[in-house]
Amino acid sequence: MRIGTLKLSYAADEALFDTKVQWICLALLGLSLILFPFVAGPYWIYMACLVAINVASATGLNILTGYTGLVSLGQAAFMGVGAYTVAVLETRVGTPFIINLLAAGGMTAAVGVVFGIPSLRVKGLYLAIATIAASMILHFVFSHWDLTGGTRGLSMPPASLFGLALDQPHKLYWLIIPVTALMVLGAANLFRTRIGRAFIAIRDRDISAEVLGIPLLQTKLTSFALSSFYAGVAGGMWAYFFRVVTPESFPLINSIFYLAAIIVGGMGTILGGILGATFMTLVPEVLKLVVGWLTPWVPDALSLLAPIRTIVFGALIVGFLIFEPQGLAEIWQRIRRFFHLWPFRT
Amino acid sequence: MDWLYIFEVSLAGLGAGALYALTGVAFVLIYKATRVVNLAIGEILMLGGYVFFGLVAGAGLSVWAAIPLTILAGAGLGAVVERALIRPMLGESPISVFMVTIGLGSILAGLVELGWGADPLRLPEFIPNTPIFLGEAYVAPKVAYGALVAALLIAGALAALRFSRGGVALRATARDQGAAYSMGIDVGRVFSLSWMAACATAAGAGVIVGAIGGISPTMGIFGLSVLVVVIVGGLDSVAGALVGGLLIGLVEALAGSFLGGEYKLLATFSLLILILMIRPYGIFGTHEIERL
Repeated sequence: MRIGTLKLSYAADEALFDTKVQWICLALLGLSLILFPFVAGPYWIYMACLVAINVASATGLNILTGYTGLVSLGQAAFMGVGAYTVAVLETRVGTPFIINLLAAGGMTAAVGVVFGIPSLRVKGLYLAIATIAASMILHFVFSHWDLTGGTRGLSMPPASLFGLALDQPHKLYWLIIPVTALMVLGAANLFRTRIGRAFIAIRDRDISAEVLGIPLLQTKLTSFALSSFYAGVAGGMWAYFFRVVTPESFPLINSIFYLAAIIVGGMGTILGGILGATFMTLVPEVLKLVVGWLTPWVPDALSLLAPIRTIVFGALIVGFLIFEPQGLAEIWQRIRRFFHLWPFRT
Repeated sequence: MDWLYIFEVSLAGLGAGALYALTGVAFVLIYKATRVVNLAIGEILMLGGYVFFGLVAGAGLSVWAAIPLTILAGAGLGAVVERALIRPMLGESPISVFMVTIGLGSILAGLVELGWGADPLRLPEFIPNTPIFLGEAYVAPKVAYGALVAALLIAGALAALRFSRGGVALRATARDQGAAYSMGIDVGRVFSLSWMAACATAAGAGVIVGAIGGISPTMGIFGLSVLVVVIVGGLDSVAGALVGGLLIGLVEALAGSFLGGEYKLLATFSLLILILMIRPYGIFGTHEIERL
């Protein structure tokens, strides 16, 4: 049972973390994230960085799709814009990485606003299809513009902090995890502000929201800009992580991946974006492990990995939508509810 | 400018466009009856090509026995998919259903790769190979016969939609589900029927597409072009699918031969954005009026 939650002010009622237990859990999470690189092997640090990048991007998509109700299948392409911005700045200008990441976010936000303009006239599926078109056009630009290095793409030097090259996952970890944590926290706070609440109003009924005095186009474009900013910074971190950016790095299937991640995690919840992105990033790795164990019995198990991955990916989307449409976040809520009501309802 | 060349390219484009139109009709059938945007149509088409390949090369059937069996398999797949995946999603937001079909497409693509491997395959030759000339212009025989068969199938589908009992029931359901139901139409069966008809059509189209260009697990990309076709034509309009199919085929062929192969998708998707800006509901689509 949940006790000791007496609120004496609106500020306390609106607080992001309202009990001591939550603060303790948060502190423990922070501590374990700090200790993680000292105990985990390089593979797990690599995975943690990848998960964090995907969490950042999925959270951005969640702002747009989960909270504003505008479905986008262009998230991966927007990440590409961010990655290319970072790569170009790093190789041609040589500005420090913080400025590069911010520039990547800003650049992508601008591109996102341009491709968000159709959202004035179309919504729902039509918008999803317009964003597919956007990602096709961006892919074409990446592979045909001299600045982006054509189909060969760009390779870039590692990020450096005070003369120290961040070239290994265990060094980059200290860049990627804090930035992601900051972004997730920012997103969680966004929905306690006027802008964030306007997003939710538009999702629930856009015409009613307009009647309430929310400027539709402006707010929708703000949502696009914020979401693309997240995608851009995530793409920038991606570029520092892999240090090679090619047009093929950001295919349409990755956009579907991010949409699937927030569906599996739970649309319209911050926790959903985190859980979903983590889950969807780790599933292929688990599959790889399982296939690895099967190798002694099934001789060509490794060649089966790619199709099995595709099947599991599709089955997860379909299964979650049919059986658990609120996603992993809802499962988590159910567990919490059980303990909240524990002695009374068993 | 070489007019003969342009004419030949246009003819090839229209031939390819006929296949887009055929698949587009399958797409529209599903959308009309169930309001589901089926992004898996490209993968169902691919599966049709592979089933045909399996029946001919694996089971050793003759080509003319394999084609009806492939179409039957398509109908069966449609029935299963509608029953197992689409019916439970009834009443959910269109986006969720749309994502279910994306997931379905991923499953189908994975299954095909698991069964037949990732390498492209060639279907056995069964289309006559004598060159065809229209006036002076040369048309590749495969494309010409493919377009001919597609045109016949479209005509058949249109006739069925216009005159057959099932077709009338489908149109009635599309117009007003409640009214159709109270007139004694089994709306659930119409849903099944539309999926079966559409998937059978798509599987048939898959055989033709595969015969022209070979089959591979990435053939589902065809579905993206079909998506452009139906958006340009209007999601719920058969006429739109026909005009859109021919238009997109033409645009792709012209862009492909005058600008280069990589401009094909760019041209069609730019056209898509343009149409979405000017007429979001497509050339012939119904403009939905929103009520509060």
